Amino acid sequence: MSENGNFVSMQGVRKSFDDLEVLHGIDLDVGEHEVVCLIGASGSGKSTLLRCINLLERIDEGTIVFDGQTITGTKVDVNRLRQKIGIVFQAYNLFPHMTVLQNVMLAPRKALGVSRADAEERARTLLKAIGLAEKADEFPDRLSGGQQQRVAIARALALEPKLMLLDEITSALDPQLIGEVLELVRQLADSGMTMILATHEMSFAREVANTVCFLDAGVIHEQGTPAEIFSSPREPRTREFLSRVLEAGRL
Amino acid sequence: MGQFLHEFFNPLDFLRATPQVWSGFVFNLRLMVVAEALVLVLALLVAIVRGLPGRAAMPFRGLAILYTDFFRGTPLILVLLIVEGFATLNYFGLSSGTLFLNGLIALVLVYTAYVTEVYRAGIESVHPSQRMAARSLGLSYMQTMRYVVLPQAIRRVVPPLLNDFVGLQKDTALVTIIGLVEAVAQAGQYSSDYLNDTGLMVAAVFFILLTIPLARFTDHIIRQRERRERAQVV
Repeated sequence: MSENGNFVSMQGVRKSFDDLEVLHGIDLDVGEHEVVCLIGASGSGKSTLLRCINLLERIDEGTIVFDGQTITGTKVDVNRLRQKIGIVFQAYNLFPHMTVLQNVMLAPRKALGVSRADAEERARTLLKAIGLAEKADEFPDRLSGGQQQRVAIARALALEPKLMLLDEITSALDPQLIGEVLELVRQLADSGMTMILATHEMSFAREVANTVCFLDAGVIHEQGTPAEIFSSPREPRTREFLSRVLEAGRL
Repeated sequence: MGQFLHEFFNPLDFLRATPQVWSGFVFNLRLMVVAEALVLVLALLVAIVRGLPGRAAMPFRGLAILYTDFFRGTPLILVLLIVEGFATLNYFGLSSGTLFLNGLIALVLVYTAYVTEVYRAGIESVHPSQRMAARSLGLSYMQTMRYVVLPQAIRRVVPPLLNDFVGLQKDTALVTIIGLVEAVAQAGQYSSDYLNDTGLMVAAVFFILLTIPLARFTDHIIRQRERRERAQVV
């Protein structure tokens, strides 16, 4: 693992929605090929943080540097930037009027200008890799939640991004469908993809993350290796959150 | 009763009036086909302009709102008379010799305003997460509209769109007041020539026969799409 801590670098990032400040000064460094897990209760700012990185949300203060480029300045081509940063959402957000294959081909075709034949070849390869080659011509609504989420991951990967943002991608899934999606994320991590993921799956975070960040009320309260955070958390709030998660798991 | 049937449903008059009313109905048909094609395209453009984001687009949004407010609020018959007034004074290259064009302009102006609202409702019914997903893939605003939002929006508005087109088809009859000799004018002519109103019924039948297949066709399209895209209920 590279310890080059500035592939993504957030400094003093603040973001408010109307009067509510959701991010209160976030500092976060992510190295290339690193997997960072954001944990914390709902409403702690995990999703907003992810959306700020690919500029789906405009930050109010601070800077974000991605791959050597300050992306929070004024002269940033957001479309070009987003082609390098894949994001996968909790609710999949596949395009329901397109087949699985068309979903995966759309962005390479239209955003990158790849030829139809090349885009289709790449899409079919990706679908094969996620084990859904035979679903290429189905519409998303005919797929299970787990399959849809895998297609959403393939759709993001079709642009060959340098960074993947995963926003609680298993939270909308039935328990028996979570495994297939996590397996795919595990493969991505093994392939060296740089990833930042917001998750409620603590055992998964423990397994794949290089760094775990605990967010509470828009602040990163504690960050460290999974062993540090899960086995010997320093902050009382982290301990409290983890014990609540454990309890919920027991129930 | 016999008097009533004779006056409105006389088979002989029905046969005799049919060619005459048909000769007028041809104008209604031409008018509705051209108007519908124009309305489909223009209303989509106005709806897109109305939804443009950002401060720079504000004047255009304002114009679009002004336009829809004005023409949705003005009775078609008034718009027809106003356009006819322009034609009498030869404004905008119009004249009393361009009856078809005058009627077409009035119909398109009014129905574009209606259909703009239909499109807009469709566009707004597409969940914001769809736009977000498209933008997150690096598609531009316009690409997102073109490939993700509009295809979904247009599918959803087919039934209300059809409803407005049924209205448009019937309202082609109103151009009779600016002097275009269409189906209703011919039917009225028949009434006064033969002192029998069966010609009006002939015109009614033409209009009805036109809308029914259109309604069934739309039902068919909707069902077909549902079968294709939706998961089957097990």
